Amino acid sequence: MAITVSRPKLNFRERLYLPAILSGMAITMRHFKNMLFGRTKVTMQYPEEKWDSHMPEHYRGAPALVRDDTGRVRCVACQLCEFICPPRAIKIIPGEFPAGDKFAKVEKFPHEFDIDMIRCIYCGLCEEVCPEQAIYLRKDYAITGFTRADMVHNKEKLLEIGGVMHGVVLKWNEKK
Amino acid sequence: MSEQVSASAPPQMVNVQINGVWHEFPKGTRVIEACEKAGSYVPRYCYHKKLSSPGNCRMCLIEMGLPKMGPDRKPELGADGKPVINWMPRPQISCAQDVSEGMGIRTDSPLAQECRKGVMEFLLINHPLDCPICDQAGECRLQEFSVEYGRADSRFLENKVKKPKNIELGPRVTLDDERCILCSRCIRFCQEVAQDDVLGFVDRGSHSVLTAHPGKRLENNYSLNTVDICPVGALTSSDFRFQMRVWFLKETKSFCTSCATGCNTVIGTREDVIYRQTPRENDAVNSSWMCDYGRLNFNYLQSEKRLLEPEILSGDKLVPSDWNTAIAHAAAQLKHFSGWEIAIIASGRMTNEELWLTRQLATTLGVDLIDIVPRTGPGDDILLSVDRNPNTNGARLLGVTSYPGARLREIVDGVASGRIRGLVALGEDAADIGLTPAQLAGLPAFVVLNLLANNSTAAATALLPSFGFAEKRGSMINGKGRLQRLNRAVRGPGQARDDWEILRDLIQAYSGRNGIYSIEDVFRQMSESVPALAGLSLSKIGDLGVQVLEIEQSPAPLWELESEKAAR
Repeated sequence: MAITVSRPKLNFRERLYLPAILSGMAITMRHFKNMLFGRTKVTMQYPEEKWDSHMPEHYRGAPALVRDDTGRVRCVACQLCEFICPPRAIKIIPGEFPAGDKFAKVEKFPHEFDIDMIRCIYCGLCEEVCPEQAIYLRKDYAITGFTRADMVHNKEKLLEIGGVMHGVVLKWNEKK
Repeated sequence: MSEQVSASAPPQMVNVQINGVWHEFPKGTRVIEACEKAGSYVPRYCYHKKLSSPGNCRMCLIEMGLPKMGPDRKPELGADGKPVINWMPRPQISCAQDVSEGMGIRTDSPLAQECRKGVMEFLLINHPLDCPICDQAGECRLQEFSVEYGRADSRFLENKVKKPKNIELGPRVTLDDERCILCSRCIRFCQEVAQDDVLGFVDRGSHSVLTAHPGKRLENNYSLNTVDICPVGALTSSDFRFQMRVWFLKETKSFCTSCATGCNTVIGTREDVIYRQTPRENDAVNSSWMCDYGRLNFNYLQSEKRLLEPEILSGDKLVPSDWNTAIAHAAAQLKHFSGWEIAIIASGRMTNEELWLTRQLATTLGVDLIDIVPRTGPGDDILLSVDRNPNTNGARLLGVTSYPGARLREIVDGVASGRIRGLVALGEDAADIGLTPAQLAGLPAFVVLNLLANNSTAAATALLPSFGFAEKRGSMINGKGRLQRLNRAVRGPGQARDDWEILRDLIQAYSGRNGIYSIEDVFRQMSESVPALAGLSLSKIGDLGVQVLEIEQSPAPLWELESEKAAR
């Protein structure tokens, strides 16, 4: 259906245009004056200057894996993040702790864990879906590389970004 | 009463009120089944329709009533002319009781709901929070019913009971006792179906655990069925363990081609990799079960020995080629000989379509000497057949063989004497029938169509890589004469091609176009010339198959008779 847009009825002052032009010029001149006296700053000199300290708490940067207090990779390769990931950036190959291993009770760990950072859209669903609190979006945003392979973060890289997360997942502790 | 009489008499029907609506069911229907048929699914853990009902999980509690009897012992009728129901004050289990006339059932009353919630809470008291590492997650009844009927939080503050975890119960089954909810399905399966009573519960109360009899292991050939029927992740398949989460699996209906029984299956795949096979219910073939041997017999499709590109003999060695060249090369080689100088070794593992095309190829070449290679192994009285070829009946029906293996001697002798100079081996290893490498290397034309490299592929003059059972469509006739359909679950590797296409191209190299462009065309032409298949098509076969042959004897003894004959 066609929509009829009603034209505003302009009064004499508006039809003259000159007052609007002059008030616009005044704003421009004010900014010009502020620039001259260094009172406005419009360009941040990246990468010499960075915005990192202003990053909000909820900022979503590169996803990363974390270790727990005992040094175990918290991820147990349940593959829920692989399932939920909208651009299918995550690929996990599960492994099994051998009998007698320090963490044998947990049984499963990610043998390989790759996140293709070309595909990642930083949506944070992996963090949200993780039942083990093992994957977090950190504040790293400058993800670069010279090849496509460089842009795939493997388990080592993800753990390097992630570090240790002290927390409350106690269910794998030995039962009393 | 003889079985025939009971089969012909119409079943006696009883009226049952389910959630306020009156339904009719045949006498002898379980209450839990009646409720499901009426559209009110009753959750259950221990009940399995193919096993006995111990009634020990208490998940299927419902409210039940019987008709109120008047002083004359007749049911009192209400205003609607239906019996008035006397509701029992206590809940009843629906899995261990048959329906009776005038029975009333409430599956969703506050009492029934409260009972389920209570049972769920008790079951979860000692259940570990293993879901992220549990292979059952995604197809776990405990997860499903917990969401549907359980409560969101736990009131249990005490320490959970510690039980054995990650126990090797047998060569193919892993047990986690903490996850077990003591439903006893696996115990009953081993007693009633597998005839190998090795499992049982020991200890009492919260400390009850499932275990194998001391000194015994769950190692019968049907052990993995316990994994299928386990409603939780207590029993898991050691082969499938941690390989893939079940929600990633694409499920394709197919059937097992490891013996003549042809158990109906579901093939679980992801991105062209097969991860598992599970049985699919078909009461005419395999009930709900399949043997471990057949279930795990798919890894060869992903083996290193797969043939990936067509190869032709150039000079004195095989070189990779393209399909057009390879087909033309194979056809040209066989063209040098007349029909009586050529023999065809077909396979009982080929589909009907492929066998029919093989028959056409034999006719085109004028070949009379054609047979399949018999394949036997120990059978049992449950599912596993002695005949390990899935389509012996198809080969018989389509005239590729009359007695499997009867003419193989003739082929071996013919090659040895030099009468046979062109050999076509379809899906079989020519070395298996007794041909020596020297004899094979001496053949001027040796066309091999196979999916795996074997002892004779190196001697081929033309090597045509083909597909496995999960990579193609087609039909086979099992030992009991049932026509069943294979569906494609994964794509074939490399440049390998569907067997029927290769055979069609070989035929077309001699006779020009024959109007076959799809596998449906093959089946159509086959059904037009084979009376037993008349009026059928691949889609008409359906998921459960169609009975096409009347096999009077069970396949195993018949087979033995024939192999004896062949040996003579």
